[in-house]
Amino acid sequence: MELRTTNICMKNFKSRLPDVTFYSRESEAACGPRGSVVGFSGSVSEKMLSGLHYPGCPEARLRSLREKLPCREVQAGTLLAIMGEPEQYCYPSIFIYGHRATGKSHVILTLLKELELPHAAVSCVECVSAGLLFEQTLLALFGADSAALLPRLPSLSDFVRVYRQVCAQQPAKQTRYIVLERAELLRDMEANLLPGLLRLQELVDDNVAVILLSEIVWDKFRPNTGCFEPLLLHFPDYTKAELLQILSLDSNPSYTPELYSSYINILLGVFYSVCRDLRELRHLAALNFSKFCEPLEKGEAKEGNTHKLWRNIEPHLKRAMQTVYLREVSSVQWGQQQMDEKEATALRGLSALAHVELPYYSKFLLIAAYLASYNPARTDRRFFVKHHGKMKKTSFLKKHEKTSNHLLGPKPFPLDRLLAIFYSVVDSRVAPTASVFSQISSLVTLQLLTQVGHDDQLDTPKYKCAVSLDFILAISRTVSFDIVRYLYDFI
Amino acid sequence: MSVQRILRERFCHQRLPDRPVGLESQYKHLLELLRRTAVHGESNSVLIVGPRGAGKTMLLRCALRELLELQEVKQNVLQVHLSGLLQTDDRIALKEITRQLHLENVVGDKVFGSFAENLVFLLEALKRGDKSSSRPVFFILEEFDLFAHHKNQTLLYNLLDVSQSAQAPVAVVGLTCRLDVLELLEKRVKSRFSHRQIHLLSCMSFCQYLDAFRSELALPDDFPDSKFSQEWNLNVSELCEEKSVQEILQKHFNSCKDFRSLHLLLLLALTRVSVSNPTLRAVDILEASRMSSADSKANILHGLSVLELCLIIAMKHLNDIYEGEPFNFQMVHNEFKKFIQRKSHSIHNFEKPVVIKAFEHLLQLELIRPVDGGVCKVQREYQLMRLMLDHTQVMEALQRYPQCPTDVKQWAISAFG
Repeated sequence: MELRTTNICMKNFKSRLPDVTFYSRESEAACGPRGSVVGFSGSVSEKMLSGLHYPGCPEARLRSLREKLPCREVQAGTLLAIMGEPEQYCYPSIFIYGHRATGKSHVILTLLKELELPHAAVSCVECVSAGLLFEQTLLALFGADSAALLPRLPSLSDFVRVYRQVCAQQPAKQTRYIVLERAELLRDMEANLLPGLLRLQELVDDNVAVILLSEIVWDKFRPNTGCFEPLLLHFPDYTKAELLQILSLDSNPSYTPELYSSYINILLGVFYSVCRDLRELRHLAALNFSKFCEPLEKGEAKEGNTHKLWRNIEPHLKRAMQTVYLREVSSVQWGQQQMDEKEATALRGLSALAHVELPYYSKFLLIAAYLASYNPARTDRRFFVKHHGKMKKTSFLKKHEKTSNHLLGPKPFPLDRLLAIFYSVVDSRVAPTASVFSQISSLVTLQLLTQVGHDDQLDTPKYKCAVSLDFILAISRTVSFDIVRYLYDFI
Repeated sequence: MSVQRILRERFCHQRLPDRPVGLESQYKHLLELLRRTAVHGESNSVLIVGPRGAGKTMLLRCALRELLELQEVKQNVLQVHLSGLLQTDDRIALKEITRQLHLENVVGDKVFGSFAENLVFLLEALKRGDKSSSRPVFFILEEFDLFAHHKNQTLLYNLLDVSQSAQAPVAVVGLTCRLDVLELLEKRVKSRFSHRQIHLLSCMSFCQYLDAFRSELALPDDFPDSKFSQEWNLNVSELCEEKSVQEILQKHFNSCKDFRSLHLLLLLALTRVSVSNPTLRAVDILEASRMSSADSKANILHGLSVLELCLIIAMKHLNDIYEGEPFNFQMVHNEFKKFIQRKSHSIHNFEKPVVIKAFEHLLQLELIRPVDGGVCKVQREYQLMRLMLDHTQVMEALQRYPQCPTDVKQWAISAFG
């Protein structure tokens, strides 16, 4: 996945984190009233106490842990305190929740790896069946031989049996951890899997703890008759200052860190109100930095001239929001577009249907379909019959906004109505040949129309129009047809 | 620290107390029943019913522990532990019974016509040397209500049938959290059940709860460092007297009385005890209480972007105006556009695809849910959804939202549009 740029940008960062005491105060200032929600309020000394300390662990290792987990010290400290010493028991199940890219997997896996605790990290996305989950867990905890003991299509019962068997030969000297990422997918597997995993410590009678990571809250996981409630731990989202700090760690060594920080500031100014996902922001930062540095390389501006640099990059970032952020355009295409420097060429997005070229009658068929979908049937007479006379005023009173068809969605219409509107909309005389009908079918294939109802209703097929207002306006402009005049909602 | 070790074993690993607290009559009843089966060869069946965390497994294990102190019981009685979570099928259950009775070799490759034959064969094989009496077997069925969902309830029928007929002394003990468990049983199964139920509905008073708090934290007498344990126990008693701690415990008592939630609270407080901070303080209990009762949805709402928050406020307005009827994306976008045009200074007019992406993020967080479970015949902008938050949650989240723009707040508070 393109977003997993963990290794690419972390190459040359130096540890520029201030020492613990200063950092704690700063993060408390950044946290502000939020501290009460999370539950970590208190004086500075409280924060220092809840910082990273682990009995029996050398200070150097703790320091390297702190460097690897920027802005996540408090959470790492809490986790370490809950996990306790390896020989002691840990709570049977822990549920860690928070938005994506708040560092849940990163913190727990880094802690387990650095402190060399026996663990199995399984992502539930990879586990199509429960058997894969069991196999991976046994493989990581006990080795390949134990995984081979599982029968084909193992159930939770088989897993517990094999675990007990292997555990009798290798009793736990340290707590074993099973980390399950994307745990919300466990709800869709067998019904006994989630409650069973939550009480795994009791079922296998061993010092094991199950850690579930998810972005969905625990209330949506609870089974009907209840289960063993896990310990809930929240990983709060990063504040703007913390995002700035973390993103600045990726800075390119050929430029000063202040320049990179100012670049990140500009980026956050554009994107922060839309997206706070750290991975997305890192991706965008990596893609657009070369464009940002263009004026510097060309010699048009100096590093201190932030205003000029801002003027250069801001429209570019706005365009990025409409294309790369929405994945309409791949990052390779984006990079190429930057190098070509043709500002005039609009980037062809994936879902931009504007590049679909339709034949003349198809366009009118589509326009007729749109009118059939969004106009109520009783108004057809007023729009499409030549001498309709005056329409009573009452039926044209300003309607309640909610019943506007553009808010409720397209309505299905029979084929006859479509053809009736089509013949009145097209200016020339059209014979009802098979080519016209086949164009309707091809519009369905292009998913511009959707067929409603069963396939075996051959005599009165019903359709719905599946295009947006902007698209149909563009189409009608190409055939010089003023569609707005014919739309009921815009009278 | 060994105090951590002892207390963690108590809170995390559910170490059995010496005697079950507050459940004397139920304990005596269960013990008597099991003794009759083990010593006198009477067959019995009983259901232990109680909410989650009430102490059913703990009660049973204490009873078994006391019973196994008798030599003749220890030598004779066999135990089979089944769980509704693990044995999801009668076939699997039968294999597990065979395995726990260590009769795999005896069964070998035999093929049985029915479940009943198999079970009778197993019980026959347990007869002692003189063939006059069979060894007593305890069948312990955790999550009993899940066994009632098996096909034809064969396992339950056969076990209870054996317990009614005079074949072999068995005790069938079921543990379940459902009070209506008897409704789940078929008529023929229910008639074979002895209708003996032990209810563990906790009727602890707050004073007893405080005593439980004190005793759960107290270190035992055989703690190696007696000076430390005396200081610790004194500290715990002092904590119980403090008003702030009592208020916190009252709050927890009012919401959930059982021992499991108490253990969770105590564990969270215990995590703040370390070498540099060797005593438990009132502020630790306060922090633990705050952590355990945090509102998860509020925490998630805190991390949304401003655009997503505006969409939620638009949905709240739609809910207020149309009294909870489902909405679709177009309606929400329409409300949002009205806000942007009329009242907003700080929010940029974002393009429709960007707003759709924010909407889909809310869908992934399950803050909104499609009404009909996501049938894809409808275009995604017109699919009807419901908001999974209510009015007060949204307003509270808004209060706590960091650096919320004032015009957004004003829009949320205003009654219409």
